[in-house]
Amino acid sequence: MTMQAFSWSRWVAIIVKEFIQLKRDRLTFGMIIGIPVLQLILFGYAINADPKRLPTAVLAADAGPYSRSLLAAMQTSGYYRIDRFVANEAEIDELLAHGRVQFAVTIPENFGRKLVRGERPALLLEADASDPAAVGNAVAALGQLANTALARDLQGPLAELAPRAPPFDVRIHRRYNPEGVTAYNIVPGLIGTILTMTMVLMTGLAMTRERERGTFENLLSTPALPIEVMTGKIMPYILIGLIQVTLILAAALLLFEVPMQGNPLLLYLVVSLFIAANLSLGITFSSIARNQLQAMQMTFFFFLPSILLSGFMFPFRGMPEWAQWLGSVLPLTHFLLLVRGIMLKGNTVLDLLPHLWPIMLFMVVVIGIGLALYRRTLD
Amino acid sequence: MNDYAIDVQGLNKSFGKKHVVKDFSLQVKRGEIYGFLGPNGSGKTTSIRMLCGLLKPDSGSGTCLGYDVVRETAAIKREVGYMTQRFSLWEDLTIRENLDFVARMYSMTDRSTAVPAALEQLGLTERRDQLAGALSGGWKQRLALAACMLHRPRLLLLDEPTAGVDPQARRDFWEEIHALAAGGISVLVSTHYMDEAERCHRLAYIAYGSLLATGTPDEVLHRVSLSTWAVSGPPAPLAQLAPKLHGLPAIAHVTAFGSTLHVTGEDEAALDQALAPFRADPQLSWRRAEPTLEDVFIHLMPKTNGAPQ
Repeated sequence: MTMQAFSWSRWVAIIVKEFIQLKRDRLTFGMIIGIPVLQLILFGYAINADPKRLPTAVLAADAGPYSRSLLAAMQTSGYYRIDRFVANEAEIDELLAHGRVQFAVTIPENFGRKLVRGERPALLLEADASDPAAVGNAVAALGQLANTALARDLQGPLAELAPRAPPFDVRIHRRYNPEGVTAYNIVPGLIGTILTMTMVLMTGLAMTRERERGTFENLLSTPALPIEVMTGKIMPYILIGLIQVTLILAAALLLFEVPMQGNPLLLYLVVSLFIAANLSLGITFSSIARNQLQAMQMTFFFFLPSILLSGFMFPFRGMPEWAQWLGSVLPLTHFLLLVRGIMLKGNTVLDLLPHLWPIMLFMVVVIGIGLALYRRTLD
Repeated sequence: MNDYAIDVQGLNKSFGKKHVVKDFSLQVKRGEIYGFLGPNGSGKTTSIRMLCGLLKPDSGSGTCLGYDVVRETAAIKREVGYMTQRFSLWEDLTIRENLDFVARMYSMTDRSTAVPAALEQLGLTERRDQLAGALSGGWKQRLALAACMLHRPRLLLLDEPTAGVDPQARRDFWEEIHALAAGGISVLVSTHYMDEAERCHRLAYIAYGSLLATGTPDEVLHRVSLSTWAVSGPPAPLAQLAPKLHGLPAIAHVTAFGSTLHVTGEDEAALDQALAPFRADPQLSWRRAEPTLEDVFIHLMPKTNGAPQ
């Protein structure tokens, strides 16, 4: 095998060619800019992990002052929106079955009287838990309410019925996101998912497009080396990825007021590494795939676990160990921790190291596979 | 270094179970224009791709410009100009951008003068900023040829370069090929046109993966001793005659050329005897004709046992 040296001029020529082709492909270019902005605005405003004002039905068999205090407390907690009163249990069943309400509260007969007598009457909360995430926080809030809702009513002779303070105090510091704003979590995560999708897809199509149009035969008949072609095709997309990140970051800071505790330069460095990892995957897909459709399918095969197992949609630590292990292979998993670390926690490069090397390792392995599979011939 | 631009022996290539090229051997001298003929799907393109390193032969060996066709493909690619059968330049690049890109791929140091010169020679200087995809078929062909000659290769591999090109452009193209060959460049060109075959120094005829005949056009013509009669006359009697001749054992094939019918057979005496009853028809005039290359090739084809595998 006659060895040939890497040629910078050939490499630059391939980059220039890719840029010109990209410039002429208006739709793709529009998508590159449009996708991040649209998705960010859509998801940033739409996704809420702490749903409030959930529709609630009430069956109040006792309309005394305690019941009223309780219901008022539920309303003011923000989680419950009491929008209908029903007369019997059958109605509750129907409302829940049809999904018209998320919750139904039943206050039994003589609730007030039993309460005053110290008989500890039961308040029934029925929740439509077919979507556990929607009811979790509201149910937890009700537990808290039980302690405080009747504080004003249970005074004087009734004071002994009031819940006693526990022997110790629990102090909770929700650090890095004290108000639990979903956008703080979602927006940095969106940087990762949008990059994963566009970068892998764009480059996945880059090589298969040449193959489909027959231009690959021409490219192969020139002295261009695989490494020149692969990296040359990647380069323009690194720039595009950085433009996308800048757009998302600008929107994150301006529209969603996501804090930026760490060093923005460090963030860009991490982003560049992540982009490179995704691009190398895309270009490897595109050396394996025979046509653009296959490249697209491979992209989605990778994209779904990336959003589901990375901790973007569901808590990473909630998964069984084997799934966490799988998730750790994905660059997005580490990238999410890195971005949140920099933006919300103000992490420095030393804090980030444990999540930087897995992305690098991923990239090296994937490029290795890609180079090994790159077909120098038309076989 | 030997005298041959191409010197390969026993190349084989299969795709799955399909044996596309069988024991392909070819010798093309430097400065020679070598015509490569054969029906569609006969393995011409596959053979050419093996010669320029785009496909790896399953077995066989040989050299292209003195470089090993299996191990030294990188060196071959630098010095060979390959024109693909299907237009394979980038349709979303302009004419100039395409040539520029190709020039850079071959690391041409005089790119800034070579590209405008090629544009000038093509007569495309004024249209250089047009997208290649917007060109007509004939112009695409000329652009592709200019692109594959840009880096001044020593060997041109042209895969049906004139398919779908008008006669004038074809004539110009062949003038240029002969000029290049006179300058020492070797050319292997595949074609379906017999007039083009006759303009080659040597020919190879391939069908269903096997090389059937090689030699100068004259040698190929006389390789098989064919006798041909040309019958001319009004359309109606000619049309009636053709089916009657088809089944006769002494007649190899009957081909219509406008108002003339070429009747070819291997054995002159048997052919004359078979045709005797028909020569009485006063409406038809009969004369002996020289068999053409086309007669020879059509004659060679069925000998490969009919259908492609």
